[in-house]
Amino acid sequence: MNSRLRGLPYTVLAIVFLAIMIFPVYWMLNASFQQGGSAVSSSFIPTDFTLDGYATALSQQSGNLGTSLAVSLGTVVVSLAIAAPAAYALAKFRMRWVGVVLFALLTAQMIPGIVIANALYTVYTDVHLLNSIPGLILADASASIPFAILVLRAFMLSIPTSLIEAARVDGAGQFRAFVSIVLPISRNSIITAALFSFLFTWSDFIFALTLTTSNAVRPVTLGIYGYLSGNVQSWGPVMATAVLASIPAIVLLIIAQRYIAAGALGGAVKS
Amino acid sequence: MTTAQLTAPEANALPADRGAPSRRHGRWREHAVQWLFLAPAIVYVVLFFAYPVVKNVLMGFQDYSTRTFFTGEAPWVGLSNYVTVVTGSLFSTTLVNTALFTVGSIVGQFVIGLALALFFRRRFPLGGVLRSLLLMPWLLPLIASSAVWKWILDQDSGVLNQTLLFLHVIPGPIPWLSSPDVALVAVIIVNIWLGIPFNVTILYSGLQDIPGELYEAASLDGATGWKAFWYITWPNLRSVVSVVLVLGVVYTLKVLDIILGLTGGGPANATQTLATDSYHRSFVDFSFGTGAAVSNILIVISLLFSLVYLWVSRRTVDE
Repeated sequence: MNSRLRGLPYTVLAIVFLAIMIFPVYWMLNASFQQGGSAVSSSFIPTDFTLDGYATALSQQSGNLGTSLAVSLGTVVVSLAIAAPAAYALAKFRMRWVGVVLFALLTAQMIPGIVIANALYTVYTDVHLLNSIPGLILADASASIPFAILVLRAFMLSIPTSLIEAARVDGAGQFRAFVSIVLPISRNSIITAALFSFLFTWSDFIFALTLTTSNAVRPVTLGIYGYLSGNVQSWGPVMATAVLASIPAIVLLIIAQRYIAAGALGGAVKS
Repeated sequence: MTTAQLTAPEANALPADRGAPSRRHGRWREHAVQWLFLAPAIVYVVLFFAYPVVKNVLMGFQDYSTRTFFTGEAPWVGLSNYVTVVTGSLFSTTLVNTALFTVGSIVGQFVIGLALALFFRRRFPLGGVLRSLLLMPWLLPLIASSAVWKWILDQDSGVLNQTLLFLHVIPGPIPWLSSPDVALVAVIIVNIWLGIPFNVTILYSGLQDIPGELYEAASLDGATGWKAFWYITWPNLRSVVSVVLVLGVVYTLKVLDIILGLTGGGPANATQTLATDSYHRSFVDFSFGTGAAVSNILIVISLLFSLVYLWVSRRTVDE
């Protein structure tokens, strides 16, 4: 009891630090329930509480939110389908070039998105992938595939080889062993990779900005940018959209905390 | 940490030719199956990383503009895109801005991140929960964060100016995002805020890896507080520090969302960096040739830091 009490001043100090750090998140939430505009500042608590911001945001952005969701889920599927077998191969097969492939993946993560966007725009024009959900999924996977391979491989290295060999002796092919042994054991790291693929894609701005030219396919990040590039008259709807766009991150941080923490460390490779 | 992934997995690897070594055919088949696991990833990396880089290098030597999309012609122009970019009046501005933005962000993120990581190493009630909530700014979409900060930093009605005026810290409202003199500072402050969670997380895990006995032994020798930090924490944390710094630089060099969201590169190009300049040339002016030239310069700078990173991580493994 005594030692717990002695820690309390640090708890108070930590809360102060945290309050400063997440004040902008509070402000986003707070301002989303107010009118607030170029001539009216938001008050510290929503005294003139209104849901008008959300009504406007939903009427203008629900299609964009749907687009973001479709692109993000698609990217998760594509990324895992490509990354999981590759991670397994890089972890468990005695192959030449493993070092080269890993080096390529690490380097790939360093390539600025604008470089990829620049080149993809010209290619996408030719193959008619501009303004399309599959086009965005493939481009967004460039952020998550190298990350997913590295995170999954790090875990798969620790799977005992004898476990896989046992299945092979029982007659399972390489593919069967992968699906029925390796994937179930790797469940947690797969969840981590999937969560981050989702968050990377949901937050994607650069590919949304460069690989769409019409209003046909518009992720919500572009919806927010659309507000910001004009002169904002009323901040309520903008903040409400920002809140809606932040929900996946906040929900995942709360319900999937340990996966997020694991990914944040794997993210040393990412960014 | 991740650097350890580079070590060869030989000891725990599956042999390709298990079972019947005499059957050549089966062994060949086994190898083919193994490559099938890797094939989709290799195809993807070639199409979405290798090809864009090569294409970008080529575009830098071409007159690639709106006309190209109609005529399909992109005449070779040698180094003229690079000459246009480097001799343009904007180039020195973007270079200086990129350097200031990167150095300012990294120093701020790292110093605050290290201080918080050291703080959270103490044991106190709710420490773990509070530390993980600190991650929140890192997970929000960058453009959503830009939106909030744009409202916080608003000259007339933003909460920052309102608060500073109320406390009489400043004589009049500061035009955070609309004055060329302070816009870069404002953008750097926001980027520091965004980078702190990442720095805290990595540095904290680095601190956890330092054995407690070292501190116990040192305290017997009278080394506590600053001395303990200087003689034990810092030397043991050095490799993690270099990884955090190099990754921070590579990440900051390519930042686009925050700057476009907050200032769009303005006012008067005060926050224009190599990354935003490349974007503007390619996707606003539709001058893909010069846009590619700028992003190639960016990629060379990133690559230099990536090499430093790989060199550092190799050295970490060797140690």
